[in-house]
Amino acid sequence: MGKTKQIDRRWLFLLIFIGVALPLIFTIGLPLETSENVQMVYDLVESMPKGSKALISFDYDPASMPELHPMAKALLKHCFDKEIDLIFTAMWPMGVQMAEDIMAQLQDDYPDLVYGEDYVNLGFKAGGMITIQSMGKNLRKIFPEDMNGNNIDELPIMEGINNFNNISFVFSLSAGAPGIKEWVQIAHDAYGRPTSGGVTGVSAPAMLPYINEQQQLTGLLAGLKAAAEYETLLQAPGTATSGMDSQSIAHLIIIIFIIIGNINYWRNKRAEKKGGK
Amino acid sequence: MEQFFTTLGIWLGALFTFAIFSFLYKDNPFYKTAEQIFVGLSAGYWFVYTIFFILIPNLYNPLTQDFSANWIKLIPAILGLMMLMRLIPKTEWVSRFPISVIIGTTSGVFFLRYLKSDVLNQLTATMINPFIGDSWVTVIGRLMLIVGTICGVIYFYFSKKHTGALGVSAKIGIYFLMVSFGAAFGYTAMARISLLIGRLQFLLGDWLGIIHP
Amino acid sequence: MKRKLPLLITFTVGIILIISEFIPHKPFGQLSGELEIWFLIISGFAILLGQLSLFKVNIIKIKFKQRDWQFYVVTLLSFIFMVTLGFLWGTGNSAGILGHGESISGAMGYKPFDFLFHNVYQHLQATMFSLLAFFIASAAYRAFIGRTVESNLLLAAAVLVMLGNTTFGVLLTGWLPDSLKFLHLPNVSEFIMTFPTTAGQRAIMIGAGLGIIGSSLRIILGIERSYLGGE
Repeated sequence: MGKTKQIDRRWLFLLIFIGVALPLIFTIGLPLETSENVQMVYDLVESMPKGSKALISFDYDPASMPELHPMAKALLKHCFDKEIDLIFTAMWPMGVQMAEDIMAQLQDDYPDLVYGEDYVNLGFKAGGMITIQSMGKNLRKIFPEDMNGNNIDELPIMEGINNFNNISFVFSLSAGAPGIKEWVQIAHDAYGRPTSGGVTGVSAPAMLPYINEQQQLTGLLAGLKAAAEYETLLQAPGTATSGMDSQSIAHLIIIIFIIIGNINYWRNKRAEKKGGK
Repeated sequence: MEQFFTTLGIWLGALFTFAIFSFLYKDNPFYKTAEQIFVGLSAGYWFVYTIFFILIPNLYNPLTQDFSANWIKLIPAILGLMMLMRLIPKTEWVSRFPISVIIGTTSGVFFLRYLKSDVLNQLTATMINPFIGDSWVTVIGRLMLIVGTICGVIYFYFSKKHTGALGVSAKIGIYFLMVSFGAAFGYTAMARISLLIGRLQFLLGDWLGIIHP
Repeated sequence: MKRKLPLLITFTVGIILIISEFIPHKPFGQLSGELEIWFLIISGFAILLGQLSLFKVNIIKIKFKQRDWQFYVVTLLSFIFMVTLGFLWGTGNSAGILGHGESISGAMGYKPFDFLFHNVYQHLQATMFSLLAFFIASAAYRAFIGRTVESNLLLAAAVLVMLGNTTFGVLLTGWLPDSLKFLHLPNVSEFIMTFPTTAGQRAIMIGAGLGIIGSSLRIILGIERSYLGGE
């Protein structure tokens, strides 16, 4: 096959850059529809009675912030509105800072929240699946202290919380392993707790088999679009919603790239055939 | 003073953002420096967090505060130190003992969890009645779910040559896998673009103040 | 002893954990619980090993003045700087050797360690990964060619899912009557994800799961020994 004529890829880079930047400045505000998986997550939180205790695991780092931060913020808002007490953990060391960052952003909206009563950050533990399994048996052995060094016995929110049986539901904000897969395998499949999560677009397809009649996963927030849908459901547009115009334009550009690439390929192939004859 | 540091922080962020973006033009010393700072800071962060959030609360504090109740933690402490012997070539073999504990534990837990979650539960999830969907689209979808899963698994069966009925099934399996990879590409594109959106939201918002996301 | 004892330990530990699933009583339940805690602590040391190993590798590169060795000096300095700041004033609400450093964190808005994380590390990592947006676009142009039935299926699924994930998808086919709603792009995308994609991913999951189960058994039974390294 002859050499296909290719344009300098830096032009493609420039197009993508402009295609993402411009809609951020000149917003279009295109409509969004809620998908079933997002609705399932929303309904799960809605079904929780006041005072329920949920475990939210921040299993991501700054590399996935643009996708997972908006959904974390929306989910936490929803939980706090429903007066659900939240216990934060992190299977990734930077997840601790992610949780702190979200709480700092929510401080103005929820000034009455009390640390240790309404929410607590237990910090990071290594060990992935094995640590999660151990938490399921005895959470206090894995987390004797919270991230500030407070004894877990002195925190009101932790009263009566010894293992997963005392948790209403588990939600993992996950950018890879350890993350949502391990939570499904342990929290749901071994301990029967309702488990849900938010994942990056990259890992979303691999998690789909867990959404089944056994509800290994109760819904799933997959990527920025799901975050935007959740924000829409809460009627609280945030960074995900404002990023969706850029997302749409960038997708269109990529699709156009694919079409041009294919036209080029077939044109060259035809030219080669003609040349061969 | 705090205002100064806030501004400095934003400018530092922008500077390093451009240093990394400069790679798109071509590899250069600014990118390389930023890359190595990233590696160094990342390692430093992990180091500090491991000590502050694992070794102090789960090892040091229990041993120093109530030794008689926690003396058993000396065993993992010793195994952990044996792990560090790997840094010296002559004593590298000592690390085999803690590694064997780690590997043994992982194998035991993985054996159980993957068997239940990724094999048995997935088989159960595939054994569904395809004809109870609320519309014909769902019925077709459920049929595809059953056929696709079975044929996909057949494709991964390499102990017999893919000919005859097995070959046809494997071929159908490949088709499903291709659709799956295509969809995964679609989601990956969304994920990667989201990351760029995040960066531009920082540059245009926090740094330049043009937008207010 | 150097090889047989580790194999014996792996076997014993693996078997205890498997038995404890079916007999969660003394001594198996207790033993497996203890082993899981040990795992966490040893993992902590393993992480330290990783960082120290990085330190060692970089020292060697600098010592022998390997290509681009100057950049490895930057790696080491960044590492030492981050660790020093963490140990001196701690992170978040955890105190360091010098306490919380109220005056310095008051001036900076964060503790020095956290300042570096928020203003340098966070941006570096986020930008590093955002580069992939450009490369995936370029890859789409160069590699996404419909040459065969398989590649056409891949291409069609990718394009439909991408369109379905845009707000344009809602606009483009939003006018369709209810009887044709299944052709509405977000619905097409959802259909692809819910059925054929799930089928493909489930096949991979089952295949990989069986592989992991097989490997675990081989390790526990001492058939697979590569983790022990060479003699």
